Amino acid sequence: MTEPLLTVDGLTKSYGRRRACDRIGFTLDPGEVLAVVGESGSGKSTLLSLVAGEVAADAGSVAYRMRDGATRDLAALSAAERRALMRTDWGFVRQDSTQGLRMAVSAGGNVGERLMGIGERHYGRIRATALDWLARVEIAPDRIDDPPTRFSGGMRQRLQIARNLVTAPRLVLMDEPTSGLDVSVQARLLDTIRGLVAELGLAVIIVTHDLAVARLLSHRVLVMRGGRVIETGLTDQVLDDPQAAYTQLLVSSVLAA
Amino acid sequence: MNPQVTDTDTGGTGYNFAYLDEGTKRMIRRAILKAIAIPGYQVPFAAREMPMPYGWGTGGVQLTAAILGASDVLKVIDQGADDTTNAVSIRRFFTATAGVATTTRTARATVIQTRHRIPEAPLAEGQVLVYQVPIPEPLRFLEPRETETRELHALGEYGLMHVKLYEDIARHGHIATTYAYPVEVAGRYVMDPSPTPKFDNPKMDDCPALQLFGAGREKRIYAIPPYTRVRSLDFEDHPFRVQSFAHPCALCGAQGVYLDEVVLDDAGGRMFVCSDTDHCETRRADGHTGEAA
Repeated sequence: MTEPLLTVDGLTKSYGRRRACDRIGFTLDPGEVLAVVGESGSGKSTLLSLVAGEVAADAGSVAYRMRDGATRDLAALSAAERRALMRTDWGFVRQDSTQGLRMAVSAGGNVGERLMGIGERHYGRIRATALDWLARVEIAPDRIDDPPTRFSGGMRQRLQIARNLVTAPRLVLMDEPTSGLDVSVQARLLDTIRGLVAELGLAVIIVTHDLAVARLLSHRVLVMRGGRVIETGLTDQVLDDPQAAYTQLLVSSVLAA
Repeated sequence: MNPQVTDTDTGGTGYNFAYLDEGTKRMIRRAILKAIAIPGYQVPFAAREMPMPYGWGTGGVQLTAAILGASDVLKVIDQGADDTTNAVSIRRFFTATAGVATTTRTARATVIQTRHRIPEAPLAEGQVLVYQVPIPEPLRFLEPRETETRELHALGEYGLMHVKLYEDIARHGHIATTYAYPVEVAGRYVMDPSPTPKFDNPKMDDCPALQLFGAGREKRIYAIPPYTRVRSLDFEDHPFRVQSFAHPCALCGAQGVYLDEVVLDDAGGRMFVCSDTDHCETRRADGHTGEAA
């Protein structure tokens, strides 16, 4: 039995009198993909922000097994340690690509930023790595000097993925990475993500309102409603045989093509 | 206990010595001391309204006013020249309010206030070089949030600075930043050396003189103490290089100095002359001549 990569326990956050997240707990093993599903306002995105430490929790803890094997409480890390962790061992792919990318900087610069952040000072190597990663997310090499403002929505999300994976992180958080994209672009993006996740053995927490995304990518599902986890289990089990009434509603609301 | 601070009227101008009141000078000196103690760190200070517009050197003038003593000899440079508007008016300002001696000779000055250039003549111990700085934050155009840039400085996260240099090479094939070229001071803080051309960056390194930087609008003071390591940022395969000029100065024949282009007529005639007017005049007085002289 290996120790989990990430242990979330009793995570709670209120905005005024509204509980965005209410005592949420789960564990994530290395290489495991967890989908967090639920309708808008169910607390999915808040949960992700809490895990990433971008929003301070009212109660609860997030513990992470560092590369040296020691499990540390993220709240106890110094600012420097937390930031170093975030830009090397973690990735965060955002719903709004303008928040996850530097829009005024070229694609190559976007991918190279993390490398320069950890001390790479050789232009040729940075460029070669950036080209390699653009190819892996299926962005043409001649677009390396274009800023993301000239990219389509799907390409921007691909670029975000490349930018995050360049330092070989072990955990990637994704917040609705496919929303706002048309269906064929979604399918290609999901295909890319699935390939990379399997190839690199990434642990992923993916927040989505789209059950098809959860079905395609995740091993386990966490169903949220009103800030609470109402059902959790293996993806196939939850989606094929939902127990909670709300999950049954969610599953039956999927439009058949 | 606070010692008594008294203002003194100089020459019946109605102003205290060097314009600023003694309380303000003391506040600025404290900021300067802190800046010297933490090389390259931007120290906030309560910049005053000065009788000149922002962008004309209000930061530099306040630094000069705070450090000037009655026996100091002041030199003011604007773009290398001693005789341009900004230089002339600041020199006149301190002549009127402090009654200090002024000079155009680098070697004779004890305090040199500058915009854009570091004199070609080597600086010596005991001299103070005061820079007028428009934008003190080197990360400003990459990260607009001041709260975030402060954190980046605090944690020494300067990867972003290299992203700017990366973009230069990607666009132009070489590092095209030619002024305000970022430097790392004493192995710690990354600093914007104000709009000086990168040609002058190497002169900041291990300099015997004290270098002070003042940004009036942005209310920041920073410093490089004497004999401090100042390194221009670069890539291993794109090392830092300064501009080189094909011709020597047309008036004094100097080589290895920063040159200004002067248009002579409307038929394409031009010549390149020393940007440092004092350096050029000194050389010509010593008998050096260029092709146009």
